[in-house]
Amino acid sequence: MRYIEPHAHMVSRTTDDYQALVMAGCRAVCEPAFWAGFDRSSVASFYDYYRQLTEYEPKRAARFHLPHYSWICINPKEAEDLVFAREVIQIIPKFLEKETVLGVGEIGLNKNSKNEVAILEEQVQLALDHDQLILLHTPHLEDKLKGTQLIVDILQQDPRVNPNKVLIDHVEEHTIRKVIEAGFWAGITLYPESKCTPPRAVDMLEQYGSSNRLWMNSACDWGVSDPLSLPKAILELRKRSFSEEEIDRLVYQNPVRFLKQSPKFKLDI
Amino acid sequence: MQDSANKPMLDLYFMDARSKLIDIAAFMDRIARNQQTDDYRYCAFVEALNCLNSENRAESVLNAFSDHSTIPSAIASPGPATGALKID
Repeated sequence: MRYIEPHAHMVSRTTDDYQALVMAGCRAVCEPAFWAGFDRSSVASFYDYYRQLTEYEPKRAARFHLPHYSWICINPKEAEDLVFAREVIQIIPKFLEKETVLGVGEIGLNKNSKNEVAILEEQVQLALDHDQLILLHTPHLEDKLKGTQLIVDILQQDPRVNPNKVLIDHVEEHTIRKVIEAGFWAGITLYPESKCTPPRAVDMLEQYGSSNRLWMNSACDWGVSDPLSLPKAILELRKRSFSEEEIDRLVYQNPVRFLKQSPKFKLDI
Repeated sequence: MQDSANKPMLDLYFMDARSKLIDIAAFMDRIARNQQTDDYRYCAFVEALNCLNSENRAESVLNAFSDHSTIPSAIASPGPATGALKID
């Protein structure tokens, strides 16, 4: 079964994970810029990270014949210091020009603070100025409901934002409806502990999957996470009697349709 | 989408759900034995159990643990999210 892993933090993973992804049917992996598990101390640290995402990681993936794409931004968890965040934003445009960068992400909110909102709005502006796709992180746990609503409101207040080119990630049962009904794409993240299990993801796909604006991802990173959670969700879909054609639409065609809005994404349906 | 009306959902999920329910019961016993039932997370947990009597149970449980305010906070609260809203 072919599939796309549209959200994985491969800089945190081993070559064994690349091999497992490819052997499970993964045809491309997309890596948003995110928090490293600790706050970076300088703009130069971000510069090096962006080079890792755009230069080194595609080469590491290529050893396993796996196309690697990335998204560039400053993540919301490091957006509280406005001066620092704005200095980082200044170095982003040159990386948006790189041949494997698909857009601005994963921007969004973490603790739903005023400063996070300010940097979110400035990076939406950056994406619009450079005609980029936008990938949004929604907050964790008790902050997700409020953060998702704030993000939807911010995006809807700007008439230049095209919902077709925006994916709001990490939706759960209490946030998926507002994202889909607002016209945005939605991402379901499969996590062993927080976020969503494969059975719950399939529950949501049964209710909302016909919207054609959904994808699933592992968002595997340095924490407790599973790079093979998407193949496990595919097994769950089979248990629930989804046809192979429907599964292909959900795990391959849907992400390809969204990602191909960037001319840099080379896979076809 | 699939019509799930005739699928053996209980065959697929009953044993797993039964196991998780026992885990929850054991968790509550453990917290009680350790006299931590006044922790804000445990109070939120017990409150969320009422959602199991609602119609959209998963959504209701998630809503029960959520911050329902609508205005951005002045500053980001320190530390990671804990899974339940702490009201100072």
